[in-house]
Amino acid sequence: MSVEIARHWRLKPQRYQLVGEVCPECGHKMFPPRDVCPECADHSPQPEFKFSGLGEVFSYSTVYNPPEGYEESAPYTVALVKLEEGPLITAQLTDVKNDDVKIGMPVEMTTRKITTQGEEGLVIYGYKFRPRLAAA
Amino acid sequence: MRDVSIIGIGQTPVGEHWERSLRHLAYDALKAALLDANMERADALYVGNMLSGEISGQAHLGALIADFAGLRGIEAVKIEAACASAAAAFRQAYIAVASGLQDVVIALGVEKMTDDVGSKLTAGLASAADADYEVIHGISFVALNALIMQRYMYEYNVGREDFANFAITAHANGAGNPNARFQEPISKEAFLKSGVVASPIGLLDASPMADGAAAVILCPSEQAREFTDNAIRVAGSAMATDSLSVHDRRDPLWLQAAEDSARKAYRQAGVGPQNIDFFELHDAFTIMAALSLEAAGFAERGKGTWLARDGAITRDGKIPIATRGGLKARGHPVGATGLYQIVEAVQQLRGEAGANQIPNARVGMTQNIGGSGATIATHIFERLN
Repeated sequence: MSVEIARHWRLKPQRYQLVGEVCPECGHKMFPPRDVCPECADHSPQPEFKFSGLGEVFSYSTVYNPPEGYEESAPYTVALVKLEEGPLITAQLTDVKNDDVKIGMPVEMTTRKITTQGEEGLVIYGYKFRPRLAAA
Repeated sequence: MRDVSIIGIGQTPVGEHWERSLRHLAYDALKAALLDANMERADALYVGNMLSGEISGQAHLGALIADFAGLRGIEAVKIEAACASAAAAFRQAYIAVASGLQDVVIALGVEKMTDDVGSKLTAGLASAADADYEVIHGISFVALNALIMQRYMYEYNVGREDFANFAITAHANGAGNPNARFQEPISKEAFLKSGVVASPIGLLDASPMADGAAAVILCPSEQAREFTDNAIRVAGSAMATDSLSVHDRRDPLWLQAAEDSARKAYRQAGVGPQNIDFFELHDAFTIMAALSLEAAGFAERGKGTWLARDGAITRDGKIPIATRGGLKARGHPVGATGLYQIVEAVQQLRGEAGANQIPNARVGMTQNIGGSGATIATHIFERLN
């Protein structure tokens, strides 16, 4: 697997902070950012919008045959998470037993190691979602 | 716009062709199609393929195959739309003839998957999904379909066993197809016991991949009769796209591009779902079979599995699917599959489907899906009489 430093550097705001965008024309909040609003096709520059990271599990699947680079944490569970602001996002779940995952489970974003690339082992960090910790 | 017909078809068996390289497989199918059409030359070649760059280190397939097939000099190009590449190539060939710019055109799908036994293949297949926002999270292509299936089961209250007949019917039909990857029936027990790959998808929910090539020759319908009595006309042809990633779909449980392309194809052909005698749908996974039937108007939303449960999808049923094994049993050489579907539809309409023949087949439909539903091509065929 090749080391893709520039590509992953470009994606840091999205990976570490869930930085998306909001359309100035129709108010649609989107993650990831786009150049054209998928709702109203507005082309004007869209202000950044930082998602809260709170959401719930919309769907999930436990992966038993991981692709190369992901064997370390297999079997792991991936999910479609519905963010509280509206959009769906794809991510791994963490800090939860695969068998305990349920649709509707409240989750929150956390930053974790996603994979490593190349012989030097460039580490790619990014968002995963864990069960929401109860309020203290 | 000219009316277009298919005057020749060719295919290799779907399997592990250790002795045949990509260019050899392509030529095998191409030669068979030209022979079937009584042709020696063509004006243009459209090659559908997904993984030649990733697996064989070979791009530029249009020029390579035209040269290797003795057609050096003709216009040729590779068309890529993930697992819809072959139907997309057929669509471009159709447009070339319908437009009047080309007369005799070859549409060829070829995929050589068995030269890589590990990660290149998985990575290549995953490139049908969103590299930055799906694949990077360790989502295999199976897992993407599993996310859809899991939610579908939750929303519509169906279980894994409700999908069994999609796989069982496909294998029952594959048993009658000498070109199929798998020619053995499977039992419901085997389906339910099959190991989980990515929950809830089991091994027997998923189609097998291997090598293969399939080709057709198109020409204007008004010329078709000079070459054959068996011409099959393209009654409807359409393609549509949807968001690449599942998470961006307006409704992750609806194949919008299938509905859009089917609607256009039905309108062009002047038919509706009730007129379709068989449907070569894209059963890469059993969940896709259910969603395809719904989007193309054969079942209400959420009731695709009812058709499987009630036996409507068998050869005797109301809407036979996978009549020569489908992706599940005939196999899924990804970039070539769309043309296998079309070749099989032509066989049905010509009455050449042997043990799998649908009696009185007059109108057939094929639908090829790229990725998790981001590109979908729908075609409708009937006899040119």
